[in-house]
Order: sequence, then C-alpha cells, then structure tokens
Amino acid sequence: MIKFLFAFLALNLLPYTTVYAAEIRGDLSLQGFLFVSNPAWQNQGDQSASVAANVEFFHDFHNNLSLTIEGFYRIDSQDNERSHGDLRMAEFLYYTDNFEITAGLGHVFWGATEFVHLVDIINQTDQVEALDGEQKLGQPMVHLTVPKEWGVMEAFALPWFRERTFPGANGRFRTPIPVNTNQTQYESSSKEHHFDFAFRYSTNLATADVGIYYFNGTARDPVLRLAFDEIFKTPSLFPYYEQIGQTGLDIQLMAGEWLLKGEAYYRTGQSRSYAATTFGFEYTFTAIADTMMDMGLIGEYVYDDRNNGWLPTIYENDIMAGVRLAVNDMADSTVLLGAIRDLDSGSTILAIEASRRLGDSIRLNLDASFFVDMDYEDPAFAMAKDDFIKLEMVYYW
Amino acid sequence: MISFSIHPIYQILLSTCLLFMVPSALHAETVEEKGLAIAVEADNRDDGYGDYTADMTMTLRNRHGKESKRSIRSKTLEVNGDGDKNLSIFDTPRDVKGTAFLSFSHKVGDDEQWLYLPALKRVKRINSRNKSGSFMGSEFAYEDIASQEVEKYTYKHLREEDYNGQLCFVGESYPVDKKNSGYIKRITWLDKAEYRIQRVEYYDRKASLLKTLTISGYQHYVDKYWRADSMEMVNHQTGKSTSLVWSNYAFQTGLTDNDFNSTSLKRIR
Repeated sequence: MIKFLFAFLALNLLPYTTVYAAEIRGDLSLQGFLFVSNPAWQNQGDQSASVAANVEFFHDFHNNLSLTIEGFYRIDSQDNERSHGDLRMAEFLYYTDNFEITAGLGHVFWGATEFVHLVDIINQTDQVEALDGEQKLGQPMVHLTVPKEWGVMEAFALPWFRERTFPGANGRFRTPIPVNTNQTQYESSSKEHHFDFAFRYSTNLATADVGIYYFNGTARDPVLRLAFDEIFKTPSLFPYYEQIGQTGLDIQLMAGEWLLKGEAYYRTGQSRSYAATTFGFEYTFTAIADTMMDMGLIGEYVYDDRNNGWLPTIYENDIMAGVRLAVNDMADSTVLLGAIRDLDSGSTILAIEASRRLGDSIRLNLDASFFVDMDYEDPAFAMAKDDFIKLEMVYYW
Repeated sequence: MISFSIHPIYQILLSTCLLFMVPSALHAETVEEKGLAIAVEADNRDDGYGDYTADMTMTLRNRHGKESKRSIRSKTLEVNGDGDKNLSIFDTPRDVKGTAFLSFSHKVGDDEQWLYLPALKRVKRINSRNKSGSFMGSEFAYEDIASQEVEKYTYKHLREEDYNGQLCFVGESYPVDKKNSGYIKRITWLDKAEYRIQRVEYYDRKASLLKTLTISGYQHYVDKYWRADSMEMVNHQTGKSTSLVWSNYAFQTGLTDNDFNSTSLKRIR
C-alpha cells in the first residue's frame, strides 16, 4: 500500500506541480558501507551500497489549509529488507488561532536528550535506515493541538499500527537469527488495527520546556520471540507487539551556561510494570582558541529498571559522552564524537559523525562506529563484528 | 546544528526606558546620562511598530573573496513592556531549508531561544548565554543580531562628529552580561537627525578592535520607522566579512503571539 502510494506520488504528481503552483523538492543520496571485520553471522556481506530518494510535495490551499506529502525510497545492494519505501508524511493540516488539526500520515517527535530517545513513541522506528533510531515511519493519525497561554494540549487518535523494520539475512546490525517480520504476532486480537491514543500537555516556562504524556496502545518496541519450524526444527525470531500504557516526561532546562535535559517513562502491560530514564547536560564553549569554532560537551546517562535477560534493551545502565564541534565555516562543517559504555558489562560503542557541505546543494556525511570489548551477555553483542565506516553524499534539489 | 536569529541591527540601543529619562535642562548631565538618554530616545522613536516581516540574503565572504549565500525570512513582533519576539526561517542552503530559529528577548534576564529541525520534527532549546558564538558561520555573533534592549548595556557619550556627511552622536556601550559577551565595549555612530545607527565598532575582550559594522540604505516605512537595506560586518582580525541585504519589508501584517510559539514553529514552511 505504502509502496504503491509512493509510486503514485512520484509518477503522477510531478508533472502537475506548476499547474497547482505547489512546492516540490527533495534529495537524492548515495551511500556506501564498508565493514571492518568479517561478518559474525551467515549470509552477511562485507560492504554495501545504496541509493535513496526523498520527494516532498507541499500545497497551500490558503484559508489555513495545506497538504504535505513526503515519500521515501531506498534500493540497497546487499539487504532486501533495506530496499524499501515509505510515505513519511501524507497529511492535511488545518489551523485557526485556537486550534490546529492534522489528518493522515504524520510525524511527531517527543524528547529532550541527545543519545537515547526513550519517550518518543508516536512514530515507529525505521530500524534498517539508521542505527540511532532517528528515522521514523509515517504514522496514521488524527492529531488535535490546542495552544493556550498556560501550555499546549494535544490529543492523538492512532487507528493503524506500523511494524518496525528489521535487517534481512544479508544485512548487518542484526540478531544472530534474522527477525522474520512475516511471522509478526500481536497481543491484541485487532492486531495492527488496534486503536491507540495519546494525550500530551507541554509548556514553556521561563527557562524550561516541559512535556508530559499518556499513551495507550501497541508498544512500538516489540519483544523478539524464538520459534522453531515444525518439520525442520530450524529456529526463527519473530516480533511480538504487546499492549501497553505509558506515562512519559521530558524536560529541557537552561541552568546558567548549562543546558540540562531529561526523559523518563513508566510503562505497564509487559509482564511487570517498569520505568526507564535518561538525563544529562550540554555545555558549549563558543569561539574556542580565537577561532569561530564552537565546542559542545555532552554527558548523559540512561537507566532501565528491567532485569537482565527480560525484555532486553541495550540501554540498561549506560553512560554516554560526546563532543560536538561546529566549525562555523562556509560549509557548515560539524564533527560529533560519541561514546556509549555499559556500566555493568563494559561493552563500549565509539562513534564519529562528520558532515560538510560541498558547494550549494551537496552535503557529504561520514559516519563510523566501533564496537569495543563487547560482552557476550550484552544484547548489542550481536553487532560486535559490525564496526563500519559509512560515506554518504546527498544532493538537495 | 547551528542556530540563527536575524534581528535588524538598527535596533541596537532601542527599547522603552522612560523611567530613566532625565530632565537634562535642570542639571549638568554626565556623559553616562547623556549616553543613556540618546539610547532611550532612539528606542522611543521605533516604539509602536507592532510587527513586521522582511526577507534577507546573507553573504559570507572569506579573505580570498570566496562567497557563500543564505536566504532567510524574518518575522518580528513587538511586545509591550518587554523585548521583541523574532522568528527566522532558512530557505537556503537547501540542506537546512525549513530550519527555524525562535527567540524571545527580555529586557532583564536571559533571552529564550529555540531551534526547529525539520528533518527530525524536533524543537530544541538553545542556551542564550552562548551569545558570543557565530551566527550561521557569519561574522555576526548571536549578541549582534539579537533584539538589543536598552537595559542590556550601559552607556557613555563621547562626542559629536561628522560621519559620511551626517552629524552623529558617538558613544560607547558596555554589555551588562560581561561574563558571556564577546566584547569589552562597542563604539556606535548614531545620526543626530533621525537616531539611526550608521556604524558600530566592536572591541574584543582584550580591548582590540575586532569588527566594524556599517549600515546603509535607510528607508522610511509607515511614515515613521526607519529600516536599513544593507549591513556590512568586517572582521579586522581574520579579513572575513558578512553582508546582509534586506528586502520586502512589510509592517503591521497582523502577526500575533500565536505566530511565535512551539505549535506554529512546527508548521513552518
């Protein structure tokens, strides 16, 4: 359905852009992965290349009504599951001075911290796109926003659930046994048609932004369950999506020269209720060493009160540190160095993200991650051999 | 991600501060009192503009003459009794298209600033004390482009002199937030006829001349408010410069507080 709609968008809307006086733009990107080590699991490759396109169409009907459509498609040389498309957005927006309402496939972000996005729950993660989980699938919703002097009230009706994407057998960054999304199971008998809903209140105080929400519906993060083929007894993993209630909180706070950030949630519905939190700081040195360069230091911590082995997350009791350099040159060059260390097992992930513009409309991105001292009991151990260097060139039109 | 707020520079020294007006005829005015009185008068002359929008092209130039351009749309709302609200939206370079910077300036205390990142649909708070940082790689620092309330500086009148054929007040101003400002002082040329800023020299924390801003092409809008077409900032220590060219000024367009909140920030195009 999604792929069909995307194809429809690409083929049919393009010729009409001038007629509708609408705005259309997008980007085209080439991406290559080079893996440092031989793969840990069968069928995985040593390198991969892919090409991806984003197309965004916007039309303003005037009278405060508009339509936004964003389509995405990637073709990957290695992993069939990573060759995929999605309608990131297909949304009508109407607003007045008193309220705003959207209907369609939308995209909503909640959160405050830099490393781990714990409380962000409306949109499903497009896991095959990026390890950081920041790429999201379009979520069908009706979203009402009422801004008041004392804060913003929001209500979400979410009639259709999107499954998380997982790498296929040929892809890296996967579990030892690939996740089979054809065997997905749900706790709810209505499966992906379960009606989810959420309410959120957020407000801007003098030095702080605070948000609190309640979500009820299908967990976006599935439990991975093991199944065996009846005849051949071959094992497979399948996602199991449970019904949850989740109360979440996010805060961004300016304290002198410091920026403090925190997120927390309390979740019911999965075997036992539990809580998770992440918080930290960002401190920026401007114009360092008589240059135009800014250097931001980031320190964060994440804790999840689930026991080891039950509903595993790679962020159980981890500390994160980062240095962000903004060169402030014409090319808007930036470099981010980051490290995540599991305090219990000592497993450590080191990451570099560097980016600069070439000319007016091309951006060059270099990412690398190294998995160091991975403990075999750590859920991230499956990626211990996935050290990579990724080079990406994006052309914006 | 770098953030950016464009606030026309002529608003330096502008704000309402009637309480400090001194009946100058009755006693010998000190240079500090005169400097403040000039700042207050300049501020009063821009009072009541309500709101306005404008388009801006920012050109960065290095010492070899290589150029890079950014285009920005700016919306500003006057707030009675406090600093202005400003929203700046980037149209180019295309990789940052739709990025928006929202700023609430305050007469007393820290400004409030947020950045909207369209790719992540995320609103991030920015620490406004990082005011000496470069704005979008330009020679303008955040503190140069933020709405500059009278209360954020102390003043000293120096002299009157001709500058480009206009008789000008020349005065020094010193940031109240000495800890975070990149400057020890600024020297400002303000024309005596209309109280418009013509030139500003910025002195770094070691008291060396760092930058010079030249403002030209003032036009009269709504019969009352002067806005400049061109601002040129030259960094004497690096040889780099940044020019801002303004166009399409429109006053009293009907903007309200609702155009400057987190909800409207997320629907920016």
